[in-house]
Amino acid sequence: MVRPNPTREQVLDWLQAVKDPEIPTVSVVDLGVISEVETGPDGVRVEMIPTFSGCHALGFMQIHVEECLRAQGLEQVEVKVNRNKPWSSDYLTEAGRRGLRAHGLALPPRHADGPDEPAECPKCGSTRTQLLSPFGPTLCRAIHQCGDCLETFEQFKPV
Amino acid sequence: MNTEALKDLLFRLADDDLVIGHRNSEWTGIGPVLEEDIAFASMAQDCVGHAQSYYTLIHELGEADPDRLAFHRSEKDFRSCHLVEQPIGDYAFSLIRHFLYDLAKQVRLEALTQSSYAPLAQLADRIRREHKYARMHATTWVRQLAAGSDEARLRLQSALNEAYPMALGLFESTDFTETLAAEGVQPAESVLQSRWQQLLEQTLAGTGLSLPGDFDAAAYMGGRKGYHSEHLGPMLAEMTEVYALDPEAVW
Ligand SMILES: [Zn+2]
Repeated sequence: MVRPNPTREQVLDWLQAVKDPEIPTVSVVDLGVISEVETGPDGVRVEMIPTFSGCHALGFMQIHVEECLRAQGLEQVEVKVNRNKPWSSDYLTEAGRRGLRAHGLALPPRHADGPDEPAECPKCGSTRTQLLSPFGPTLCRAIHQCGDCLETFEQFKPV
Repeated sequence: MNTEALKDLLFRLADDDLVIGHRNSEWTGIGPVLEEDIAFASMAQDCVGHAQSYYTLIHELGEADPDRLAFHRSEKDFRSCHLVEQPIGDYAFSLIRHFLYDLAKQVRLEALTQSSYAPLAQLADRIRREHKYARMHATTWVRQLAAGSDEARLRLQSALNEAYPMALGLFESTDFTETLAAEGVQPAESVLQSRWQQLLEQTLAGTGLSLPGDFDAAAYMGGRKGYHSEHLGPMLAEMTEVYALDPEAVW
């Protein structure tokens, strides 16, 4: 039995099941790390890019993407990492941004190259907040403090 | 494009980031405050990631796998400068080294985004975006501590007197400096050095800190040609040993 090649949209839909191991409410697709999908008679080729170059989660995501596609019955699967292409927090989808909020993280501004905006406190919504350290528990998170409710919180960094 | 010249530049970029990354990771668990502990560990992880990307470009030019390039080359094949090889010293030294290094890295990355070698221009654009946080960290802490007690400022000044001559080794010319400039891969080291000097002076203005005027940098040259400080060898041996225990752990 020969099954038709999946479309690009079908592949992206399948990959919604693969989550960022550090933020399980956000898929690799919504994180913006799937940079290319090619489908053809020879199978599927996926290119991924790291969020931060030193991100330890990328290797796991790469394995999970490959496993996910093989579980769909595809035999020819190639998942490659391109370390050169820039990633930006602007690549987060709306669903990705909702997922970050659901995980309790403050969002980056919509345009990372735009003017600096204070992070919005995830607890009380205040924007009277201050950056305490650009380095949090993972490379993609910064630490801020709210001037109103005094909560210390993590923000997904603008890059 | 001259491949040997490209590799010469990429090894300098990769080796500096790998070596300073490993040095900064030595602050894990012993930073002066928890926040700084995390910051140095994160910057280390960033730098080692950047090194891995540069080694990948070198691999694509026909050299060995990135992990072999990082962990199985002899000391004389390394192209790191003496500044990054130094032990971590006290916190003032590590902070000032980070400040000097990351401002230089910024100047270089900005130039490299215009490189005629497209894969490097693209990678420099990626790294530049991540690197703004290291630069922000260095500048904020140096300014804050310098504005604090006289003792803190004196310690930073003394670290600056020690580290600045070493940092000039970042811009040591190589046999390929002219070729790289002529081919538009990267401006000459002397051009980058003067941009860095200007940025340093701007950033230090008003802090009470100043760059030393009387020093001898000659002793800190040679890294770009494979002549290293006595600190690199033991560090590479340790890195290779950790890598042999668990090849996945080091990156
Ligand atoms: Zn709040």
